[in-house]
Amino acid sequence: MLAVRDNRDRAAFAALFDHFAPRLKGFIMRSGASGQQAEEVVQDVMLTIWRKAEMFDPHRAQVSAWIYQIARNRQIDVARKEGRPVPEALKAEPEVEDDAAQIYALEQETTVLKQALSRLRDDQREMIEKAYLGEMTHQEISTQTGLPLGTIKSRIRLGLERLRHELKGMR
Amino acid sequence: MTAITHHIPDAMLAAYASGNLAQPFALVVASHVSICDDCRAALEAHQAVGGAILEGTRAVAASPDLKASVLAQLDAPHSPAPEYRRAGPLPGPVMAALKGAPPRWKRLGMGVKQVLLSADQDGSARLLYIPPGQAVPDHGHNGLEMTLVLQGSFSDEVGRFGVGDVEIADESLDHTPIADAGDPCICLAATDAPLRFHAFVPRLLQPLFRI
Repeated sequence: MLAVRDNRDRAAFAALFDHFAPRLKGFIMRSGASGQQAEEVVQDVMLTIWRKAEMFDPHRAQVSAWIYQIARNRQIDVARKEGRPVPEALKAEPEVEDDAAQIYALEQETTVLKQALSRLRDDQREMIEKAYLGEMTHQEISTQTGLPLGTIKSRIRLGLERLRHELKGMR
Repeated sequence: MTAITHHIPDAMLAAYASGNLAQPFALVVASHVSICDDCRAALEAHQAVGGAILEGTRAVAASPDLKASVLAQLDAPHSPAPEYRRAGPLPGPVMAALKGAPPRWKRLGMGVKQVLLSADQDGSARLLYIPPGQAVPDHGHNGLEMTLVLQGSFSDEVGRFGVGDVEIADESLDHTPIADAGDPCICLAATDAPLRFHAFVPRLLQPLFRI
């Protein structure tokens, strides 16, 4: 992703496509879209990744998290035929060099998060997946996912603390 | 500016990240996140979980044309959607709802003014302007109401709400927000149902003003 962002590297983008396009297609089809509808969204999402690559900040997000939000936004825009409210973007600081330790720490944490997800009971994982696929209202999330959310909460909390630290002084 | 003390509940941030929050509430969440680093961090943590789930999703092979089609479009000209930034007390998402134009206030009486940003089956979102010491008419709620303070502050039975604070009210809360002394209070208010007023006259005016 960084090669795409910094060097507009097409080969790197093609590799990114090979990795994410089939997952995105599977992910979008789980929301009930047909294969063809899903591919239309995948195409839009992949083009957005290319065009907005400079917005990607590896200190704050894993590629998958960034792409997840782009995909959800696009799915909603398609369904509603109007733009979804999105937060103001933080101003990027191009002068600042990437902090490898920070990026590595985020990677580590995401790995632990994935492990925590994989250790959930099937019904708990299904519940979490439903929530993040947009199939549950916030009331349902607050009442029903309490249990499995609690299991991964510590991971989220850790990430939250670090992100909060990161964000200080960025605006 | 004092610290933000009333935040977006975690379940609501998760619903926003997953795209399952009605448009008027999504506008409040996006506006709050624009000015609250804590909630931005919490939202990004939810996005990390969403990303992990995306990574773990069973892949479905894309048709061979798709990749060629995407790669062929990399250089195609496109017009990016306009990006709206904060203007005065109004954060980017509110400016986007206004399409970049300054708010056109409509008088509601007693110095209270409003701008209706959206109103449809999902509910409504509006900007409210309340002079210091003035009350928003006594009202209960048919559904859920979110109020984000953008300028000044107000107080009600629940507490004091300053810039960046969000009050969330449902059927159980019957409250009378009163703007504090100082700057006029400007709020972004979203509901998923029409407010119901207790006094007779405001109820008559309700359909007129769509408040």
